[in-house]
Amino acid sequence: MVPLVAFQVLSAALFAIGIYGVMARRSAVLIVMSIELMLNAVNINLIAAASHLDGTGRWANFDGQIIAIFIITVAAAEVGLGMAIILRMYRNRSTVNVDEINLMKW
Amino acid sequence: MSWFLFIILAVFTLGGGLGVVVTRNVVHAALFLLVSLVAVAGLYLILFAEFLALVQVLIYGGAIIIVLIFAIMLTRTAEYPYISDNKQWPLAAVAAAAVGVVLGAAFLDNNHSQTTPNSPAFADLANSLFTTWAIPFEVASLVLLVALIGAIIIARTGEDSR
Repeated sequence: MVPLVAFQVLSAALFAIGIYGVMARRSAVLIVMSIELMLNAVNINLIAAASHLDGTGRWANFDGQIIAIFIITVAAAEVGLGMAIILRMYRNRSTVNVDEINLMKW
Repeated sequence: MSWFLFIILAVFTLGGGLGVVVTRNVVHAALFLLVSLVAVAGLYLILFAEFLALVQVLIYGGAIIIVLIFAIMLTRTAEYPYISDNKQWPLAAVAAAAVGVVLGAAFLDNNHSQTTPNSPAFADLANSLFTTWAIPFEVASLVLLVALIGAIIIARTGEDSR
């Protein structure tokens, strides 16, 4: 059986990849994709921990899965809104390069 | 057998993730993201979370990737290959490696759970979702509604609305 720690290390690696993407990419669409990677890393962690619980503690062994469902819901809402904002940005400024979107930069 | 599947799925997950942050073609990045997300659905199956695997394929593989590809299509610019990485990428790599090492070390250090994965019944999941978590569930539906309306208002062209 694969131990819990293997899934946790995998999720840490995926989260680090997502952080690199958010910090190093300049296209807004690619930044949203990297955020999706980070959210998936969190979901792997939650579900791995949930399925390794024996159900005798404070948390029942499906609570992690339910929180993961909520994270997926919020991620769907986030992508919808984010894409609307990116479309608006592209229409107004003709670019999706976040380095050029400096209207609110003082 | 379980290790074998885990290693294959981990390679696809991390490889897809690296593809997303490394490739210069934004459409390829979306397809790499799809590979990574479907591999994560496979990981959920190893963990006996069948419902989550289904939701992952439906929502991530179906809806979110389609929305991302639509956004790429509607904002297609010639600048995409040139704006993939910015100049601070070495700093970003160092920061990401630091976070990954610290998180991984924390998980390895805290390694005392040796239980085997088990599967909650579907009925228990549904009971918990609609009793204990009923209010968060309703709030989540409200969040989706607000996000939908907000997305429509933000993305609308605006000539006929003012």
